[in-house]
Amino acid sequence: MTGHDHSRTFQADHPEPTSDAARIGLALRELLIEAGHYTVDEEQVVIAAMQGASPENGAKIVARAWIDPAYRERLLRNGGKALEEAGFDIAPYEFTVMENTGDIHNVIVCTLCSCYPRSLLGMSPAWYKSKSYRSRVVREPRKVLAEFGVKLNEDVDVRVHDSTAELRYMVLPQRPAGTDGWSEEKLASLVTRDSLIGTQRDLRVRCRS
Amino acid sequence: MSESWGPHDVGGQEGGPVDLSEHDIAHWEWQIDAMVRLALSKGLISDFAELRDGIERLTPEDYENFTYYERWAKSLAYTLVSRGIISEAALAEKARVIRDRQQAEAAS
Repeated sequence: MTGHDHSRTFQADHPEPTSDAARIGLALRELLIEAGHYTVDEEQVVIAAMQGASPENGAKIVARAWIDPAYRERLLRNGGKALEEAGFDIAPYEFTVMENTGDIHNVIVCTLCSCYPRSLLGMSPAWYKSKSYRSRVVREPRKVLAEFGVKLNEDVDVRVHDSTAELRYMVLPQRPAGTDGWSEEKLASLVTRDSLIGTQRDLRVRCRS
Repeated sequence: MSESWGPHDVGGQEGGPVDLSEHDIAHWEWQIDAMVRLALSKGLISDFAELRDGIERLTPEDYENFTYYERWAKSLAYTLVSRGIISEAALAEKARVIRDRQQAEAAS
């Protein structure tokens, strides 16, 4: 069983905020810009940088760990340092990578707010920030994972990791069978966002047509 | 179950099924996101914990009803107003101007 179908439900964009709370945010933005606290150009740079981050970053780390056992060791021992080595700056957070095995499945959450390793995974999906995911995944992880299409055998141990403002997690999924001799780049293309969060367990090896 | 620390402390509660639908981030949401990051890098707020503190001060009703970036917006507004960096009156006036502008645009 692999991931759920993202093409199924894509919510429409909503360009104009109509709530009072959103307008307070936009009003604050205009006041800060008018007062010279930051410029529209600086805003553009920040937005472009955030839009540039995607799960492909996390996927590169995973592929490298699959190929290079010494790197995998370093990654699991000190995630932050190993990421720095690969050119990612995740300071000021601590970073821990949890490895899935045949007996262990890891999944990440932030129950208190919605901390998420954005530099490695891009923006978090709406469900990651939802109350139902945050409240339930620590209480009944198997049931929540089943909603994502992940069916776990009883003998697989589920470990839920609750992130904080200072500590972020990423899951190291299992390398799929039938990928011996694959290049790092090709391996990285198999890794999905949800597998890095832990709401997908098995990665799909796509057949070349 | 032990007592909750506030509306944000949802870990372990019961809830409905997870809505798996994906959604795009609207332009105004990127702007709020960038504003918080810039407020941090310019030293207007000291860290993300401060942003969270503002979110945790929301009433349970607001916490429940606001979207993710609405919570961010209200939190940052709370912090910058309480620090005297922005005046509450100027903020309310600007929000009114934006609402009028939006209504004019919608009508045109």
